[in-house]
Amino acid sequence: MGKYLELNASNFDGTVKEGVALVDFWAPWCGPCRMIAPVIDELAGDFEGKAKICKVNTDEEQDVAIKYGIRSIPTILFFKNGELVDQMIGASSKQVLADKINSLL
Amino acid sequence: MLDLAIIGGGPAGLSAGLYATRGGLKNVVMFEKGMPGGQITSSSEIENYPGSAEVLSGLDFMAPWTEQCMRFGMKHAMEEVTRVSRNEDGTFTIALNGGKSEQAKSVIVCTGSTPKRANFEGEAEFFGKGVSTCATCDGFFYKNKEVIALGGGDTALEEALYLSHICSKVYLVHRRDTFRASPSTVERVKNASNIELVLNAKVKKAYGDKMGLNGLIVIDADGKERDIAVPGVFVFVGMNVNNSILKQEDGSFLCDVDENGNVEVDLSMKTSVKGLFAAGDLRIQASKQVVCAAGDGATAGIQALEYVNHS
Repeated sequence: MGKYLELNASNFDGTVKEGVALVDFWAPWCGPCRMIAPVIDELAGDFEGKAKICKVNTDEEQDVAIKYGIRSIPTILFFKNGELVDQMIGASSKQVLADKINSLL
Repeated sequence: MLDLAIIGGGPAGLSAGLYATRGGLKNVVMFEKGMPGGQITSSSEIENYPGSAEVLSGLDFMAPWTEQCMRFGMKHAMEEVTRVSRNEDGTFTIALNGGKSEQAKSVIVCTGSTPKRANFEGEAEFFGKGVSTCATCDGFFYKNKEVIALGGGDTALEEALYLSHICSKVYLVHRRDTFRASPSTVERVKNASNIELVLNAKVKKAYGDKMGLNGLIVIDADGKERDIAVPGVFVFVGMNVNNSILKQEDGSFLCDVDENGNVEVDLSMKTSVKGLFAAGDLRIQASKQVVCAAGDGATAGIQALEYVNHS
């Protein structure tokens, strides 16, 4: 089963520049982030080879969080060929996230 | 056909599952869209759960609950429930997001509540861009910066204290000059050197730019406008019950609710519909405490067990 990709300042742009990517900005102390963690894990399996399912630990990657103006977590950004096309703030269900990715594929 | 469908995975839902499965119900599924734990996992500290003397964060506090409550066979479906309706034979249909559905002999609804918005101008525009309802989630983004905490209850004051350890200053904006919070918490807030009380104050509007919030205009006790320039505002003005899954296609509720949408139950957590129970924050007269939700869940679990075994 596919695993999500851990993004940081050096691999972020290179990862999202092609295809569809979901990027979950999270932190270990955030309850709603932990709540959606198993959802992100499952999406990584379901969309293996179709879309990139990624996570950014905002505690460790503060520069990336600042670059994207993250001030609330979880924030989920959706990229298509490097362009930021949508975002969701707060915990969403797997179905909602899957529908969003499918609409971009 | 499930014996019991539990909707929601907070303290009420987990406790309900523990009691129902330990009592012998076999086919019990808890529907929770992500990791169980509930709203309390966003709380910065819990010091009033009897038997748990150590002060823990909500996340750490809830960590053992899932393991313990699923030990007797409760299953977790990572699905979002969209509606619960009653079938002609007295069983229930649990409709799921995505079009699937499940059938159940009994249902315990414990969907809890969600933080209310304060409804000031700009709140929705800057939500997630400076306006937040979760200090443990987002306080970190305002390290050594000034923020506002809005509200006067226990949550507002506890989270203001939490923020005061991270942020350089916290303005506690409250529409009255007295607090509903417990006296010990009020005392700690008053003694905090970097919390300024802004009392008898109403929020007029939030302002900012495309990067996010830059501040709040409040109207103080004298009717004068005050501009408090901060990048973060934390709103703690109470909760709304999550009762939408009980709404039927015709707009009516599946069972009786009061004028505020709280589900009417008796002391055994029975609703007005046979086989349907409600537990935790969404029921009438809920104390909205973890210990109360857990008690409700246990009661509902025992009652559901009895209902399924005798029907």
